[in-house]
Amino acid sequence: MVASAVFILDLKGKVLISRNYRGDIPMSAIDKFMPLVLEVEEEQQTPSPIISSDDGINFLYIRHNNLFLVAMTKKNSNAATILLFLHKLCEVFAEYFKELEEESIRDNFVIIYELLDEMMDFGYPQTTESKILQEYITQESYKLEKQARPPMAVTNAVSWRSEGIKYRKNEVFLDVIESVNLLVNANGNVVRSEILGAIKMKCYLSGMPDVRLGLNDKVMFENTGRAKGKAIEMEDVKFHQCVRLARFENDRTISFIPPDGEFELMSYRLNTEVKPLIWTEAVIESHPGSRIEYLIKAKAQFKRRSTANNVEIVVPVPEDADSPKFDTKIGYCQYAPEKNSFVWKIKQFPGGREFTLRAHFGLPSVKNEDPDKRPPISVKFEIPYFTISGIQVRYLKVVDKSGYQAFPWVRYITQNGDYFLRMPEPLRGSNKLPEI
Amino acid sequence: MATAPRFFATNKKGENFELKADLNSEYRDKRKETVKKVIANMTIGKDVSSLFADVVKNMQTEDLELKKLVYLYLINYAKSQPELVILAVNTFVKRVLLTNSSRISIQDSDDPNPLIRALAIRTMGCLRVEKIVDYLLEPLKKGLKDEDPYVRKTAALCVAKLFDLNPGIAIDNGLIAILQDMLSDRNPMVIANAVSALQEISEASVQKDIFVINDALLQKLLAALNECTEWGQICILNSLSGYRPRDVREAADIIERVVPRLQHVNASVVLSAVKVLMIYLSHSFSDELDGTIVRKLAPPLVTLISSEPEIQYVVLRNINLILQKRPDVLTQEIRVFFTKYNDPPYVKLEKLEVVIKLCSEANVDQVLSELKEYANEVDVDFVRKSVRAIGRCAIKIPAASDKCVHALLDLIKTGINYIVQESIVVIKDIFRKYPHKYEGIIPALCQNLESLDEPDAKSSLIWIIGEYADRIENASELLEHFLENFKDEASKVQLQLITATVKLFLKRPGSAQDIVQRVLQGASQANDNPDIRDRAYVYRRLLLSNPQVAKAVVLAEKPPIELETGTVSESLLDELITNISSLASVYHKSPALLGGSSFVDMSQYRQEFADGDDEPEARRSIVQEAAQAMGASGGVDNLLDLDFGTPAAQPAPVGGGLGGLDMRIGGPATAAAPASKSGIDDLLSLDMGMGTAMPSLGGVAGVSVAPLGGLGGFSFGGSNTSPIMSSPPGSARISLPKTPFLQPASSQGLDLSGTFARRGGSIMLDLTIANRGTGPMSGFAIQFNVNTFGISPTAPLTVPEPVAVGASVNVSVPLGTSGGVQKMDPANTIQIAVKNNFGVYYFQTQIPVHLVLVDASAADATAASFGGLWGDFTAASASFAVLGAPFGDAANKLRANGLHVVQQSPSSVQAFGKTSNGVPVAIEVTPSGGGVNVSGRSRSPEILSLLQTSLEVLLR
Repeated sequence: MVASAVFILDLKGKVLISRNYRGDIPMSAIDKFMPLVLEVEEEQQTPSPIISSDDGINFLYIRHNNLFLVAMTKKNSNAATILLFLHKLCEVFAEYFKELEEESIRDNFVIIYELLDEMMDFGYPQTTESKILQEYITQESYKLEKQARPPMAVTNAVSWRSEGIKYRKNEVFLDVIESVNLLVNANGNVVRSEILGAIKMKCYLSGMPDVRLGLNDKVMFENTGRAKGKAIEMEDVKFHQCVRLARFENDRTISFIPPDGEFELMSYRLNTEVKPLIWTEAVIESHPGSRIEYLIKAKAQFKRRSTANNVEIVVPVPEDADSPKFDTKIGYCQYAPEKNSFVWKIKQFPGGREFTLRAHFGLPSVKNEDPDKRPPISVKFEIPYFTISGIQVRYLKVVDKSGYQAFPWVRYITQNGDYFLRMPEPLRGSNKLPEI
Repeated sequence: MATAPRFFATNKKGENFELKADLNSEYRDKRKETVKKVIANMTIGKDVSSLFADVVKNMQTEDLELKKLVYLYLINYAKSQPELVILAVNTFVKRVLLTNSSRISIQDSDDPNPLIRALAIRTMGCLRVEKIVDYLLEPLKKGLKDEDPYVRKTAALCVAKLFDLNPGIAIDNGLIAILQDMLSDRNPMVIANAVSALQEISEASVQKDIFVINDALLQKLLAALNECTEWGQICILNSLSGYRPRDVREAADIIERVVPRLQHVNASVVLSAVKVLMIYLSHSFSDELDGTIVRKLAPPLVTLISSEPEIQYVVLRNINLILQKRPDVLTQEIRVFFTKYNDPPYVKLEKLEVVIKLCSEANVDQVLSELKEYANEVDVDFVRKSVRAIGRCAIKIPAASDKCVHALLDLIKTGINYIVQESIVVIKDIFRKYPHKYEGIIPALCQNLESLDEPDAKSSLIWIIGEYADRIENASELLEHFLENFKDEASKVQLQLITATVKLFLKRPGSAQDIVQRVLQGASQANDNPDIRDRAYVYRRLLLSNPQVAKAVVLAEKPPIELETGTVSESLLDELITNISSLASVYHKSPALLGGSSFVDMSQYRQEFADGDDEPEARRSIVQEAAQAMGASGGVDNLLDLDFGTPAAQPAPVGGGLGGLDMRIGGPATAAAPASKSGIDDLLSLDMGMGTAMPSLGGVAGVSVAPLGGLGGFSFGGSNTSPIMSSPPGSARISLPKTPFLQPASSQGLDLSGTFARRGGSIMLDLTIANRGTGPMSGFAIQFNVNTFGISPTAPLTVPEPVAVGASVNVSVPLGTSGGVQKMDPANTIQIAVKNNFGVYYFQTQIPVHLVLVDASAADATAASFGGLWGDFTAASASFAVLGAPFGDAANKLRANGLHVVQQSPSSVQAFGKTSNGVPVAIEVTPSGGGVNVSGRSRSPEILSLLQTSLEVLLR
């Protein structure tokens, strides 16, 4: 369970700030951390996030921007808890000073000490809700003559919302965001596809409102014997800690007292195989020592009334490719040598349409010794007013003692997640592709 | 957020001097800014300890932020510079620190603001200076009963801090009892922290009634589970995982409350819930319940694969274990574990492992196409592992081996050097699994002769050539190719070349005679490596003496190879399942090897209490457990170095130390003798009594009590007691004197003597270890070879280390009879290996046969069974006289030494017994002249004669 100490290091391994929680390991032990990481890196491998020294000290760490956040322990501690706590630290720090990096740590060391003291005690994570922390750990507090007190919420059963919140207009904004993870083989077969959905909320509600959210959840429809309308089958659902899990388990009702402001209410996963929304095909013709040519076909496989925005198709090219030439009727294309690829951007891609692009690169006459690595094509897109799973918010009921009326707003969007299409083997020496 | 001034900018000389002046400034703001500067300097590692007194003066302030900064300074230097604090305490600052600390405790802990009350308690607990403890106690007690839950939850953890620092004080002041009461607090966060604190204390002490879940507590925990923060839920789930439900209904009830946690957004909450469910699965309450659990497990595990990569890593390592335990959990989900292009390498490798685990006949096509795709990736290490994975699939799934071999051939065609080499290495394994099935691909392999440069790949190909020398037309030519640079090859390749040439010769004697002579001659004469020379010699002699025998030896059929089905052994797996989500589960290593354990099965300790029919017996065993626990962390480590398997592991000791030991002794004594005032005192006197009454225990008691010397002002010299054992007056129990096992001259100074004894229902090996060598000894471990009675240690040998030069210690090793069995000659011979930091030493000794007599139950040992054996004329019989043995005591002595008296009269005593390997013996004792006559019957004449040796000593 426990972490003995937490450190924030720069990329060279210098300690920027640290907090000793248990005093059972000398703080100087952190000096062993960087050599351990480097040792693994020297063998051309990426070290795993948990490494241990010869004398039995375990380091658990994450990287964030130009920082290492490291926890150390000698016990058989809960690895998942510690790593999550480190992520939580990043999250909270980022809410306090926007960007968490070397500079912001130097500038805010006093408050970081305070937060480290409040968020973990004797190696056990305590309060990690940044909104609640912000109520009593602030830099301005001492300027007010009044002393800060711990908000009730810190120890309450409702540890994420303080009492006495007031809004003139009570509003709730719901964003239903679905990300499509897709992997397509070089021969066009879908290897894996899943939908990761998230419902994000912005709550501007007074008091301690009780909120109920109704979705077209298939399991609930079946339970209640309602069979009409399209329902979706969620493989797995994860909820913000405000949601009453036992109640959901019982009758699939999503009920909760929301935190104030912005938060992610729930996420869900569907395994249903879907048609790739933006289908991309590549034909490649390689003439080693002289040139390589691409024909890219992209098709929007969704209904005509929807449109994908900000579509970006990233196609990898050999490292030593040069003098790019592109030809397409829509969008524009750019060579991105730093990523060894070219990027085809299409602002608006209407449903059902198909576009093509031709690209031509020169290759140096000295052949590259390395065998050709073929990273996959990746695609980015956003389709507003559309959920691929068909999930729908049926109702959002807000009940508060004072009996005000609240206004719910719902937005749907579908976007890419890890969306990859593997590249086919280049055709060698053929001359089928037309010249640009 | 406003940007604070840049405190890190200054870097002047004599800075501390300036700071000192500013800290004493009359302006509050100035002082505060200066404290910030001091903290800034402290943060970047500058030594500002000389400002101690001046900083601490600023503690008395209304300003919360300033107060926190000063506290922070205190915590930092109280810990990192204990000498400074001690100095401070001992000199003029004494008043400053202590009065200020008392100010923290007395004034701040009475502050109307709960934030300050809690801060005071939290900070005091972090100081970790003994002297502070006195000042902490009162405010802590108050804090535990504070009206504000924020203070109570802070105070609850503070009890664990105090216990860590000084367990005695925490117990004596009833803090643990208060903590136990807090489990009924109305605030969920207070409950969660109380659970954390109690669990930690319970792990660190042997007194196992500190945190025991009963009905009422179970209900409270289940209720709190719904209400406390995510971190609190992890604690509570953790405590539930250690609880064993009484029946199916209770299990179902708990599971019903735990299952919703799988829906929590916090991955650690989910994993903790998975852990509880996996443990309950292993109790297998009912098929229906198990089915429900298995169904519920898959979706959340799959979702966790979408979390942060670091978490994914932990999850994947755990899934690996879960699949080994329950292969049915994720059968449908293999696609989730296909790697993504942008996964970090450590995630890719773990996914690969899971994919191989899930690979089956049904999905092998899909898996192979993925694995081939991975061979195109950039990361060489990952590519190699993917190629190897194809081979592993071939060996795992016979029906798919053709496809796998073709996949490998395709990869070889790419000509990419490391892929080709890796492919050849795995193809060798496939050849071993399916001999003579894929000879057809040999030419394709041999085409790559030139490009091989790794010893592994070379020796693999050479092995294949040798193995199929009769089928490969140009085998000798191919071998010649390698032989050209014989001298420069790695020894691995050289060895393989020698063997392959010999195989070639044996299969095609005519054509290869020349080569084989050349190779063997060269290797045996002109090579510096003794291994290679020796192998060449062996082959030469073998070929010269009898080619037929050589053929039988060299071309013998090889045992087929199996895929390593499990990554970890079954017993380790069970242990790791109870540690899901912990570091041990990530390393796949026993928690005992990590220095701390989170799950200790204490039923054994309780059992000892219940069974101990006489009190000293029970106490002794606890003392002894403590002694073992003391050194166990060292012992277990070293056992791994020994190459023979670890013995049945004792429940892992918790990082014991003085505190732990203190508890271990105090606890049992109070439990066993509730009337005594102080547990520790009582036990000390008790041990002393045992020391005189039962000298054989002197060593044990001495070892365990010695560390207590500082506490009680009492030092118990274990070595004072004579190692020679004699029968204590009035006791029928016989202890045999220790006999020398190892002579210091032949074992680098290790002087080892010992004897076997039977105590508390188990056999013990009592050892005296004396260091007559030149350096301190450590890293002791013991192993028994298989023997007639299956005797083996049930706990590791634990020696208080190091044993200094000239010192000697007495230790005991508990033995069981569940080890490996093999007939020895004589039957009671036991071969033992003892290891220390200087080496491993072997010796053999004989165990007195009466010690391996199992306590035959009354049902088993009746007059009838006695009669049955007695009347069996095929049984061996023996009779002998024991002069000077009083007949009156005979029955008691027999009873005390494992025999069951079935009939007793003034003229004879008849007794029946059974050895641990099931050989019954019948004994009749009759008075005769100045001693007794003994007749015995047994189906094993050998056991009977060994028993005679024992009885001659016992009855006298």
